Amino acid sequence: MFESLSHLALQQYWWIIISVLGGALVFLMFVQGGQTLIYQVGKSKDERTMLINALGRKWEFTFTTLVTFGGAFFASFPLFYSTSFGGAYWAWMVLLFAFILQAVSYEFRSRPGNVFGARTYETFLFINGLIGTFLLGVVVASFFTGSPFTLTDLNETRWESPLRGLELLFNLHNLILGLAVFFLGRTLGLLYFKNTVEDEKIENNIRKQLWYNALPFLILFVAFITWLMFRDGYAINPDNGEIFMEPYKYFRNLIEMPLVLILFLAAVILVIYGIAITLFRNSSAGIWFTGPGTFLAVFSLFLVAGFNNTAFYPSSIDPQSSLTIMKASSSHFTLTVMSYVSLMIPIVAAYIWFTWRAINKKKISKDELSSGESHFY
Amino acid sequence: MLENIDFTLVNWSRGQFALTAMFHWIFVPLTLGLSYIMAYMETMYVKTGDPEWKRITKFWMKLFGINFAIGVATGIILEFEFGTNWSNYSWFVGDIFGAPLAIEGIMAFFLESTFIAVMFFGWDKVSKRFHLTATWLTAIGASLSAIWILVANAWMQNPVGTFFNPETARNEMINFWDVFLSETAVNKFVHTITSGFVLASIFVIGVSSWFLIKKRELLLAKRSIVIASVFGLISSFVLIGTGDSSAKEIVKTQPMKLAAMEALYEGQTNAPLVAFGILSGKENHKNVDADSQADFLFKIEIPSMLSWLAYGDTDNFVAGIKDLIMGNEEQGILSYEEKIKRGYEAQQALLALKKVQKNNPESPEAEALKAKFRDPDFIENNVKYFGYGNFYDPDPEVLKKNAFKMVPPISMTFYAFHIMVILGGLFLLLFAVFLYLVMKDQLHNKKWLLWAGVWTIPLAYIASQAGWIVAEVGRQPWVIQDLMPTMKAVTHIDVGSVMTTFILFSVTFIGLFIAEIRIMIKQIKVGPQKKEDINNV
Ligand code: HDD
Ligand code: HEM
Ligand code: HEM
Repeated sequence: MFESLSHLALQQYWWIIISVLGGALVFLMFVQGGQTLIYQVGKSKDERTMLINALGRKWEFTFTTLVTFGGAFFASFPLFYSTSFGGAYWAWMVLLFAFILQAVSYEFRSRPGNVFGARTYETFLFINGLIGTFLLGVVVASFFTGSPFTLTDLNETRWESPLRGLELLFNLHNLILGLAVFFLGRTLGLLYFKNTVEDEKIENNIRKQLWYNALPFLILFVAFITWLMFRDGYAINPDNGEIFMEPYKYFRNLIEMPLVLILFLAAVILVIYGIAITLFRNSSAGIWFTGPGTFLAVFSLFLVAGFNNTAFYPSSIDPQSSLTIMKASSSHFTLTVMSYVSLMIPIVAAYIWFTWRAINKKKISKDELSSGESHFY
Repeated sequence: MLENIDFTLVNWSRGQFALTAMFHWIFVPLTLGLSYIMAYMETMYVKTGDPEWKRITKFWMKLFGINFAIGVATGIILEFEFGTNWSNYSWFVGDIFGAPLAIEGIMAFFLESTFIAVMFFGWDKVSKRFHLTATWLTAIGASLSAIWILVANAWMQNPVGTFFNPETARNEMINFWDVFLSETAVNKFVHTITSGFVLASIFVIGVSSWFLIKKRELLLAKRSIVIASVFGLISSFVLIGTGDSSAKEIVKTQPMKLAAMEALYEGQTNAPLVAFGILSGKENHKNVDADSQADFLFKIEIPSMLSWLAYGDTDNFVAGIKDLIMGNEEQGILSYEEKIKRGYEAQQALLALKKVQKNNPESPEAEALKAKFRDPDFIENNVKYFGYGNFYDPDPEVLKKNAFKMVPPISMTFYAFHIMVILGGLFLLLFAVFLYLVMKDQLHNKKWLLWAGVWTIPLAYIASQAGWIVAEVGRQPWVIQDLMPTMKAVTHIDVGSVMTTFILFSVTFIGLFIAEIRIMIKQIKVGPQKKEDINNV
């Protein structure tokens, strides 16, 4: 069935999958966001333990989605993998360090004999939450702002900045998206706590914190989108594959792809609605609106970055080296094989949903802490 | 040509990769094996309803959790390291190599991480049967992740099912099943996964022995030993069997690796196997030349055994290091010099194509060059040796010298191989003795044997690491056998950056390792939950 699709159709299909994974990843960053709030929301040791346990049964999903996002990018657009990871070395390495710290912290934090003490592991979780969200936002922003690389005839990368990825931090627009994702993660984290933890004191703290995080997020997000709509974009000339700067490119992409525009607008409404019902109606269902809204927003931004003859990973110093979904992709054969594999994604999503429900049926409360049955962090 | 390579960069990158891979591999084999042992124990619980089985299961699960977390932490680094440190590699073979990595994520990691959550948090939330299913699925998920990464690794050792596309300047997949089911991949998977089973069985036996020595938790210890020694015994047979078939297949696909494993310089028929040997160390891979000889200070040989192991026939010729480099017409072995020239020709054709395409992509000249890469003769005689071309030099003397540089570290490969094999035999013996004595209920009063059980745990880790040294060091200088040498695979970056990350990784890993060992030991000392808690089963 996939064999008969054109190479371009497969490339587009895979860009959609990458966008889905990207969207899922940012939504799941509620774990990272939550990790940065443990001390602001949890005032006593028990409260903190409840929060950490709420996150602790979900962190693997975020982690695994990140791993799969990387793997899927490698399989479908290997030139991106070699260019970005090899080029922006330090940006990715710092990000990865933050994830090593996270993986051990939950399991080790409350174990006797853990050498560094619970506080250290909690700090690790904070570092992961801060860097994980912020740097990811910065790197994704470079899909629009570009990076300093060139490609040789044999597609080997030459990164022209000695900072190897850290130069991305000197671009205001990258920083804005980085911070926006950081506050978004925290907002989502709060909504998730609200949904899973049953404890009066914690709930009060959540409401307060939500103001401090949702507002900065919204402001930064609007700033980023406004700037994106007005800037020039890296467009491809479909006749000869040449890349040129087109004014209002990303705005045009939205207009020329009305479906994406609708998705994007729906996303914005969902995000705001979820926050609003939590703030004003004390609802604990906010995550079910803001979460999917986040997913859709990121999904549609990825489509804006890669579709409609746009170079998704632009080079700021040699536009012709920019990566397009056509140039960066795997062969027709490999994409076909991978497309069959992609049919498994709905099954995976289904069992995740099923087990998530089974585990989250009961809210986390103080009573559970002393029941002694479950594994505790 | 070799002058243009920054070897310090290559070596730091190799060091960093080896560090992370070997660190990952400390935790992975225990996950692979212990997950099945736990699943079996829990099955016993569900079948018999005996709460003691639940206690046993939960005890091993706790140790499993501690080990698992740190395995996951290192896996993510490995995956991204292909991009960060081996970016030329990632493009050159990403079309094939990326696929298994992605499949692993979609198929295995989600399975594992979803059901692990049920396993740990679900005891009082889901039904017994659902919980048991989750435990089994966690084990299967771990094995699935091993399959895919090993398929990827096997393909690097034996690149099949692909062709070189001059248009994109990379290798592209043409047959998925060839990649997935290659003999190398099957051997590698079965051998590696059973090595995990063996290691985990030894771990369980060792920890249980400690309880017996301390006269604690006797029932738990005995039950665990029965399960682990049966599991270990069966796995050991498969492990040794597939070790043998790996060697047979390496003779065909990576003869230089086999020669290094045995430190065999001169090829021969009726080649003897060195069962145990000590090399003087004067000869090493850096000074191999036409006169090099093996220099054992001491060795025990089994006559004709190597020929038999390699081909199942004592009369067969096993090629030595020098035969492979200098060629051997009688045995139809092409010299490295010749292979270098042929590979160089293929590389030149590619560069010529890129040059004419710059001016006019559709010119007849370009078409002719492209056609070359579709010509079966050119593929068989030149493209097949593509990577050798990197060792070319216009000066014939230098070229000859370069050929002698294409040898893996011999003594390291040799020792690693022999350590692994000797320990493999020892483990088999250990399982048999433990099984026999525990069945006769004689085990608890054999203190020295119990201590031997405890001290075999580190040996299992040594054997397992040694196996990877054979596989990975033995294939040098190749990262993709015959197609891409390690030095070409590396990302162009300043050495300082790689040194810095290497040091950061080392410090982080050492810190985490100490924490993990201490937590593990503490948890073992604390032991399983107290019996009084049993009423809430
Ligand atoms: C507990 C660990 C353990 C034990 C006791 C053995 N092995 Fe092993 N061996 C491994 C663990 C391992 C491994 C870590 O799983 C490796 C590394 C790469 C691989 O494919 O498996 C390996 C690799 C490996 C290779 C190289 C494969 C390659 O380069 O692709 C050979 C030829 C053997 N083994 C042969 C043996 C033989 C003949 C054994 C006889 C007793 C044996 N191994 C015991
Ligand atoms: C987890 C077990 C593994 C261990 C312990 C291990 C060990 C090593 C070692 C020791 C080296 C350095 C060799 C040298 O240059 O001296 C190395 C290199 C390398 N290995 Fe592995 N390896 C493992 C698994 C894998 C797997 C599964 C893959 C591929 C999927 C892989 C790919 C590589 C690559 C790309 C290099 C760098 C290039 C090179 O130096 O050859 N390794 N590994
Ligand atoms: C160099 C190659 C390798 C890469 C890139 C790699 C990648 C990864 C990643 C990303 C994870 C974390 C998964 C998660 O998010 O849950 C992981 C864990 C795991 N990997 Fe590897 N891996 C490599 C080598 C191996 C080998 C050789 C095996 C087994 C034969 C293996 C088996 C596992 C298993 C069982 C896990 C589960 C967690 C644990 O370590 O206990 N990996 N690996």
